[in-house]
This record gives sequence, C-alpha cells and structure tokens, in this order.
Amino acid sequence: MKWSELFTSSVGKKFVMGLTGVFLILFLIVHVGLNACIWAMDGGQMFNLAANFMGSTVVMRILEIGLFATIILHIVQAYVLELQNRRKRSIGYQVPMGNKGSKWYSRYMGWLGTLILFFLIVHIRNFWVPSRWLEMPEVTYPPGVTVHDLFGLMKDTFTNIWLVLLYLLGCVSLAFHLMHGFQSAFRSLGVYNNRYIHLINGIGIGFSIIVPLAFAMMPISMYLNWVQ
Amino acid sequence: MEHYTMNLTLKVWRQKNKKDKGSFETYTVSDISSEMSFLEMFDVLNERMVHEGKEPIAFDHDCREGICGMCSMYINGRPHGPWEGTTTCQLHMRAFKDGDTIVVEPWRANAFPVIKDLVVDRSAFDRIIQAGGYISVNTGNAVDANATPIEKNKADTSFAAAACIGCGACVAACKNSSALLFLSAKVSHLALLPQGGPERKTRVVDMIAQMDKEGFGSCTSTGACEAVCPKEIPITNIARLNAEYGHAGLTSDK
Repeated sequence: MKWSELFTSSVGKKFVMGLTGVFLILFLIVHVGLNACIWAMDGGQMFNLAANFMGSTVVMRILEIGLFATIILHIVQAYVLELQNRRKRSIGYQVPMGNKGSKWYSRYMGWLGTLILFFLIVHIRNFWVPSRWLEMPEVTYPPGVTVHDLFGLMKDTFTNIWLVLLYLLGCVSLAFHLMHGFQSAFRSLGVYNNRYIHLINGIGIGFSIIVPLAFAMMPISMYLNWVQ
Repeated sequence: MEHYTMNLTLKVWRQKNKKDKGSFETYTVSDISSEMSFLEMFDVLNERMVHEGKEPIAFDHDCREGICGMCSMYINGRPHGPWEGTTTCQLHMRAFKDGDTIVVEPWRANAFPVIKDLVVDRSAFDRIIQAGGYISVNTGNAVDANATPIEKNKADTSFAAAACIGCGACVAACKNSSALLFLSAKVSHLALLPQGGPERKTRVVDMIAQMDKEGFGSCTSTGACEAVCPKEIPITNIARLNAEYGHAGLTSDK
C-alpha cells in the first residue's frame, strides 16, 4: 500500500477530514479560552495582552500557518468529497428518506460548513486582517507594553446589529456542524471501542453546545454593553 | 392482531432494461389480506397482469424468510419498507391500511445499475468479496470446534457482523451510496477471529480499493445504513474498518 493511498482512498479522505477536524476542534478550545478574557472586566487589558501574546513568537506564527493550511485542507477535501459522493447516485428517489434513520445536520454538513466559511471570511476580514496587516489603534499598559487594541475593535464592530446577527448565524452553524462532526471525526479515525464512543458522543454534545454558546455570547455582550 | 383486507394504490418503477429510461406506473390492488407478505401482494398483482397479457413486474426474491439477501425494494422512502430489522419479504401487509398509496422503487446507486423494473445488479458486492472477503484454509481433517480459544465478546461481535446478508440496503439508504456498512461487516467478521489473521492487512486494503473502483461513495456517519439494515449491523463496524485500514496503511511492509 502506497503512502498516498492512505490519504486518497475513500477511507483515506475521511482520515484527512477527521485529522483536520480534530485539529480545528483543538484550535476552537484555544480561541474560545483566549476570547473569554473579554469578560475579565478590566477594560480589555487581559484580552489585548493575551491576543498580543498569540502573535508575538515565531512558534505562534508557524502554528498560524498550520492553522490556515488545515482550514483550507478541511474545506477543499470536504467539497471534493461532497461532489464525488453526489455523483454516486445519478437518479434519486421519488420519496426521499429524509429523517428516517439520520439527523438532518449529519446530512447537511456541507451546507453548514459553507455557512461557516462565509462567516469565516467576514470574521477574518474583521479582526485578523486589521491586526496582522493594517494599521490599527494601540494601547499601552504598565509597565509600558504597547499592543493592538483588539478589544476596542470588537466593541466597534459589534455595534452593528447585522454583524452581530451574522456572528450568531455562524455560531449556530458551528454548533450543528460540531454536533455531528465531533463524534464523526473520531469514528473516521477508527475509534470503535464502545466505551470510548459513548464518552466521545457525550463530550461532543457538550462541546458543541458550550463552545458555540460562549462564542455567541461575545458579540451579544459587546452589543448590549455588558462588558466595559 | 385482527385480520383485515385492504385496497391499495401502488406506484411502481418500471424499466424494460438497463438502457431504458424507465418511469413510474400506477396499479391498484384490491382485497389484499393483512396477513400477506409484501412480496405475496406483488405475486397477486403479477398473476393478474399475466392473465391480462401484460408484462409482470420483475423483482428479486429467493428464500422469502429474510436470510438470502435477494429482495431489495425501496418502499415509501425506506429500503425494505417501514419495519425495522426486516427484509422486504418479511414485511407484512399489516404494516399498511386500506386506501394507502405505496411507492416502490429499486435500490438507487450508480454501482447498482437497474437491470429491469425493481431488479438491480449487485455483482459489485461479489467482486468486493472476491478482492479479500475470504480466509485461506488448508484442506485436511476438520479442526476440533473448540481447539482455538476465542474471547466471548469478540466471537459475539464477529457473529453479529457475519449476519450481514449483503442485500445492499445500506447502499440504498446512504446519501453517498457508500457500501461501507456491508464492507465493514465483512472485514469485522473476519478480523475479529484468529482465522482471519493471516490476510488481515491485505484484506481491508484490497476490499476498499475494489469498493472505490466499483463507484461507491465514502462514509459520512449519518447512521442511515444502520437504521435500515435488516440484520441490524451496528455502524461501529465502520469505525473498526477505519482502524483496520489505518493500521494496515501504517504498518504494511509494501
């Protein structure tokens, strides 16, 4: 068996989806944990310093490249799989199966992922691009550290109700995408032991509710001025 | 349950041969007994059509007791009809009531081309089995039944997987037309037993390669296959197959 086959056969392509999916899940933990610093109620100091740290070392920059590569691989592989799989049944059924036997969100992973992609484009443009490539306001904290005022940018961005709603749509899509994707990723990677499957299912449901909910609360609490 | 009779409207897929475009035809059947099996209802209709000089509806069937895997009707949006854990031949008319309209379609998957009406060509499954779904045993005296110790749980799981009759309902139900529940049942059945050991790595790799060649899709873990499987093969077999494949891919010599 060639190395390439391990990642290009029908099962191999799912390995790629599972591996990239798990990496992205790990990223979400870091992202949500760091962003939760906005609720420190210190005018955004802890958050701004934490966000600055995430871009301050070469290790982080390498991880950043890895993250983008992973996202792109996950997206491209998903569309390739979706298109290939759709071509396997040229004539469909008169009476579709619908929800008999499967959850709707497990069949609409492609559409949910596409919604997340649209959200991501706006999200990256809103925060990552200004912080990484454009001029943006800075703040200085004692003992004299000058960092980008991302907290201020968040406050500005989330005065726009449409953007808040778009972010909420992104969070809902993410929740359903994870609800299936979390456990499915581990199945694709070959976790078949029933004890682990039950554990992963439980953690997966918890994760896909708690993490998107925490993300959703960020624009909401900014819009409603809950954080100063 | 009390016996009753019913009149039904059937919308059945008719297709002369592989190349014909095919279309739905509507038939009415009357005085159908609730104790009849679904296929017997088709027998009644076919007999009438033969008497009328019309071409009867072609459908696959053999044992009519749920063990051969031949019957393959997609009934009202579900392979093998509305009941769980049964084949089409085990479905009885008491699942329906007077005045119902029943839509009957063949399995739909490009890897299962329609040969005629409700009959599809499932020889792709045979070729997948030929690729690796076997064990090599030397001839000679039969080995004593209990000579090889096998862990009870493994034997049970293997036997449960071996219950697969290869009907193809998993392919028919899967949104990707994936054959992985079938394949994983066959791989698990052999991989869990010591007799399957020698070909363990080549089996899974060769069978997947053949499956891809036959034009089946990949797995999205929606669980539709497991829900319609007449033998209730669990989807965890697919995860086991993924593990087998990964293990073979990472450790095989060539």
